[in-house]
Amino acid sequence: MKQSGIRSVILASSVGTLIEWYDFFIFGMLSSAISVQFFPKKDPTAALLSTLAIFAAGFIVRPFGALVFGRLGDLIGRKYTFLVTLILMGSYTFLIGLVPGYGSIGIWAPIIVLILRLLQGLAVGGEYGGAATYVAEHAPVGKRGFYTSWIQATSTIGLLVALGVIMLVKLNMPDEDFSSEWGGWRYPFWLSILLVIVSIHIRLKMHESPLFSKLKSEGKTSVNPLKESFSHKGNFKMVLLALFGAVMGQGVVWYTSQFYAQAFLEARCHVEFEQSRTIMLWAIAFGTPFFIFFGWLSDKIGRKWIMMTGMLLGVLLFRPIFGTFLKDSDPKKFNLQSLLISKSDTVYKKLGVDSVMQVTELCDNLNGIQFTRIKTQILSLDSTFFSGPNVRTLTLPPDFRPDQNPKFINVKLGTELYIKFISLVFVMIIFATMVYGPMAAFLVELFPTKIRYTSMSLPYHIGNGVFGGLVPFISLLLSTTFPEVWLAGLWYPIGVAALCFIIGTVYLKNKIEKI
Amino acid sequence: MNILKKYLGIIWLVLGPAFIFFLVRGAVLNIDPNQTKEIHNPVVWIIIITIFTPIAIGLIIFGWYALKGEYDQLPESSAEVKD
Repeated sequence: MKQSGIRSVILASSVGTLIEWYDFFIFGMLSSAISVQFFPKKDPTAALLSTLAIFAAGFIVRPFGALVFGRLGDLIGRKYTFLVTLILMGSYTFLIGLVPGYGSIGIWAPIIVLILRLLQGLAVGGEYGGAATYVAEHAPVGKRGFYTSWIQATSTIGLLVALGVIMLVKLNMPDEDFSSEWGGWRYPFWLSILLVIVSIHIRLKMHESPLFSKLKSEGKTSVNPLKESFSHKGNFKMVLLALFGAVMGQGVVWYTSQFYAQAFLEARCHVEFEQSRTIMLWAIAFGTPFFIFFGWLSDKIGRKWIMMTGMLLGVLLFRPIFGTFLKDSDPKKFNLQSLLISKSDTVYKKLGVDSVMQVTELCDNLNGIQFTRIKTQILSLDSTFFSGPNVRTLTLPPDFRPDQNPKFINVKLGTELYIKFISLVFVMIIFATMVYGPMAAFLVELFPTKIRYTSMSLPYHIGNGVFGGLVPFISLLLSTTFPEVWLAGLWYPIGVAALCFIIGTVYLKNKIEKI
Repeated sequence: MNILKKYLGIIWLVLGPAFIFFLVRGAVLNIDPNQTKEIHNPVVWIIIITIFTPIAIGLIIFGWYALKGEYDQLPESSAEVKD
């Protein structure tokens, strides 16, 4: 195939896949605004629907989407199937942006949003297998890793675009305007339809995959791709090997390096919103080209050892890196005498026979770190603090814990630490690029053409949607169950990656060239 | 290496049910409808156990295939994948 031809194929596939990831990610990133508008906590039914929207869409529905659209792709062709997934995804995303809030249409709001979110999950389940297969079946021998790595980069670029668009909207309007019922949070959803229209226009001009076209002209396509993929032992054992020997570990490494890192910086290290986002933005921007590099490298030296090395590095280095995040951002380590308190605010509240005084201080230290310290003190009834102009209403937060007093929030890192944190996240993204860059070519090469879309899609979405998607929940479970164990939450991604490393190292071959 | 593949198959056969046991145990210890966090939400645990059970079964099957020597020789190309 001509160079210009393959470039068009990569463009058509990558742009659409990028937009689908953008559509999928903005929902998660805008979850606070979405839950306020559609899933108010006071309504137990709405709260249940919220849980289903968050968990079921990512975990259960993606593998089903993989089966539904994988089957279609192996029956009627790659091009039309992943055109359908793009149209569906763009439509559902745009429609989410049009649903009125709970305040306007009551319980119908969360029901409609849940249905649309589940349909998004289905569409995403069908997109990746089609795009990767489509590009791989056009790629010449010896360049499959390089060409498919452009598809691999789209999930991270989609995440970057989602982060960037949301920040752009949020920082250019007041918080109240952003969070209102028809506020700025809807703009990223509406933007999606424009992006999708462009991508559809590009994809409509493409031809079907040459390998599939040849198969179809010879009458050798599968009549039942699902049955052939999963009930024939020869193929099913390769599906299991792909999942347990490669994608399972890739999913947890990818998720931990990006999503979990961002959540950790915000929730555990209390890094303030803008900085935690820009740390991720810079690290992702610098790290993304390495998807292409490792895809290219896998064509030279094989796929297996690059992926296994990325997994092993994650197993060995996640704990030291996250430990450094915690240690370096911990305001408690600073000598209180060295702090400069630039602003202080004190409020009081009567609470039975006691009262509560809460002092909020904006602190600077000599190393350029800023943070807000909130100290809550229980006073006795006859304290002189009771009377006077400072008696205002204060509600103790329901999760107030005396052992977390004082509490530190909005930690703003000095320049040196900021650069250090970007570098550490960048290192973790390199792990993700190593495990993920060669993955599309690896999966494509495992399965025969006639059932490739079905066979590769299912393990991919189980590995990423289920194993990867559960990183936040299971990590939280471990941290809560073993609070005295430092970084207990990392056991899950480290354990799964280690298991996958062992299976992949022992059972996988380094290279399968022919498809 | 093929002997190692077979012996490891026994471990995968055991790991599948062990994984489900720990998930169910986690559910029993953490489910509390009176609490508000997701970790105490029974719906979340039902979804997770539902989705992980077939995966654990897949791991058991993988272990069985490994023990039977199905992975001793992998195909040279995808066209060779057959029963």
